[in-house]
Amino acid sequence: MIRYTARRLLEAVPILLGIVTLTVLLLHLAPGDPATAYFNPNVSPEIIERMRENLGLNLPLHEQYLRWLRSFFTGDFGYSFGQHRPVAQVIADALPNTLVLSAVSLLLIFVLGCAVGALQAVRQYSALDIATTFVSLFIYSMPGFWLGLMLILLFSSPALPEVLRLPISGVTSIDYEFMAPAQRLLDRARHLVLPSFALGIASAAGVSRYMRGAMLEVLSQDYIRTARAKGLPETAVILRHALRNALIPIVSLLGLYLPLLFGGSIVIEVVFSWPGMGRALYNAILARDYPVVMACTFLFGVLVVFANLVADLLYAVVDPRIRTD
Amino acid sequence: MTSETWSRFARHRQAALGLILLAVLTLSALLAPALAPYDPDVQADIVSTRYQPPSLSHPMGTDRFGRDVFSRVLYGARISLSIGLLAVLIAITVGTAIGAVAGFFGGRLDAVLMRGVDLLLSFPRLVLLVVLVALFQPSIALVTLVLGLTGWMGVSRIVRGQVLSVREMEYVTAARVLGFGRSRILLRHILPNVLTPVIVAATLGIGNTILAEAALSFLGLGVQPPTASWGNMVASGRDAMLEAWWITTFPGLAIVFTVMAFNLVGDGLRDALDPRRVA
Repeated sequence: MIRYTARRLLEAVPILLGIVTLTVLLLHLAPGDPATAYFNPNVSPEIIERMRENLGLNLPLHEQYLRWLRSFFTGDFGYSFGQHRPVAQVIADALPNTLVLSAVSLLLIFVLGCAVGALQAVRQYSALDIATTFVSLFIYSMPGFWLGLMLILLFSSPALPEVLRLPISGVTSIDYEFMAPAQRLLDRARHLVLPSFALGIASAAGVSRYMRGAMLEVLSQDYIRTARAKGLPETAVILRHALRNALIPIVSLLGLYLPLLFGGSIVIEVVFSWPGMGRALYNAILARDYPVVMACTFLFGVLVVFANLVADLLYAVVDPRIRTD
Repeated sequence: MTSETWSRFARHRQAALGLILLAVLTLSALLAPALAPYDPDVQADIVSTRYQPPSLSHPMGTDRFGRDVFSRVLYGARISLSIGLLAVLIAITVGTAIGAVAGFFGGRLDAVLMRGVDLLLSFPRLVLLVVLVALFQPSIALVTLVLGLTGWMGVSRIVRGQVLSVREMEYVTAARVLGFGRSRILLRHILPNVLTPVIVAATLGIGNTILAEAALSFLGLGVQPPTASWGNMVASGRDAMLEAWWITTFPGLAIVFTVMAFNLVGDGLRDALDPRRVA
């Protein structure tokens, strides 16, 4: 396992270099100079020079490259002119919020997706199977931002009793400061419900489709027939013999759904005013705050590579055959 | 498509539903000028016609400027469908070319191309889209191009895999023995035999592309108002959502049903083309 981990880590290095390359390339793709393109012509050349310096545009190409590489290790991404503080601070404020939102969504995606998919497979062709297949196809085709807005419409409706209403924006309530610790936790959890649902439910529908297929495949195997033949109760066959084996290929879906999750976080964070990386990227784009745009793009890439690495390692943990090849 | 495949597809109930939905959508997009009760962009007397709830004269109500939401949804279908189709056409052209070259020539070229695909896939597509569009000025042409250029990676992997197996077939060896050139073998003997999974991927890809376009337009980085697109219509209704739910609800439903139609047809095609799969 250690050798496998080391090998996967080494394989991530060229991809990381590639991400740096692509980030530098993106910055240079912009027509004109991003430091001046949308800038007031009356601004003094010194300030423009400072902006170019801030983006590293005054350096020769190979040094710009090294600069991004360095910033990956030091966390120094320059200065945000839009927010008048170092980009590292912007990221430090936003990243935890995005990670929390993504983690909760991920939990929802896999728990709900696997449960529904397994249930469908066990009751194949039943009314339940057909109905849930159709519903999941509908959900799978829904744009996240629209679902988010519909949830806001529903859960802020005056027709709904007060207890059922859920917060529709931000991470905490305004009176958060005055709450007891347990209340604070509940307040944060309540704020997470709608955004994580809107972010994850379409992917949960996707996972359920895979899970249904995986479970059907496993249920037709000889060892399931053996388990039934030796008189095991059906619940034991399903839970211990079938479900555990069907879950193995599902782990590999992690690498597929995380980029989707991070991409979706832009839209969902804008809809729910969630102060994370997606909203930071979006606001920076509107403000033409290029240092923040580039840092966010770069970090989203790094997050995906890291997530893929974790997914591969997890896969090797649940399926030992992977490690040997 | 063989007749056997076709009959499997026709018997697929979900696919049939998808096809009917698609037919209705395409027709209403094509006939939008005839079907729309109002001009989608014309602003009548704003004071008396704005924010009207759905009624017989305005089946989906009116928006902030008194424009008929139903007419705008119809015209929005033209934008969404044509961007979706064109972008996927770009994506499958690029993806097929790169996948075929990588699979056919193999070796170092294959390794370089496929690592490049890995790299592009490690950026969330929406992040790439948002940044690329923002670096330039958003326009319909740019959005279509960028959607196409960020959507080909999956296709190239599929094509490469197919080419790898097809190039070992006996009829390819036969063509080689007959002395045909490499480009002729690739274009005439291999490519036609790897296209079926590409058709499936393209059909499913249109749904995803329409979703991505809607998200971009919703963020204000895609189709620009006053041109009606479903994404920017949802965005325009956001501020007054609590008073006028219809402005955000109906264009969103149009997106859901369109994407679902393509997914239903794509699933049906996949099941019909692969006899081992049971729907």
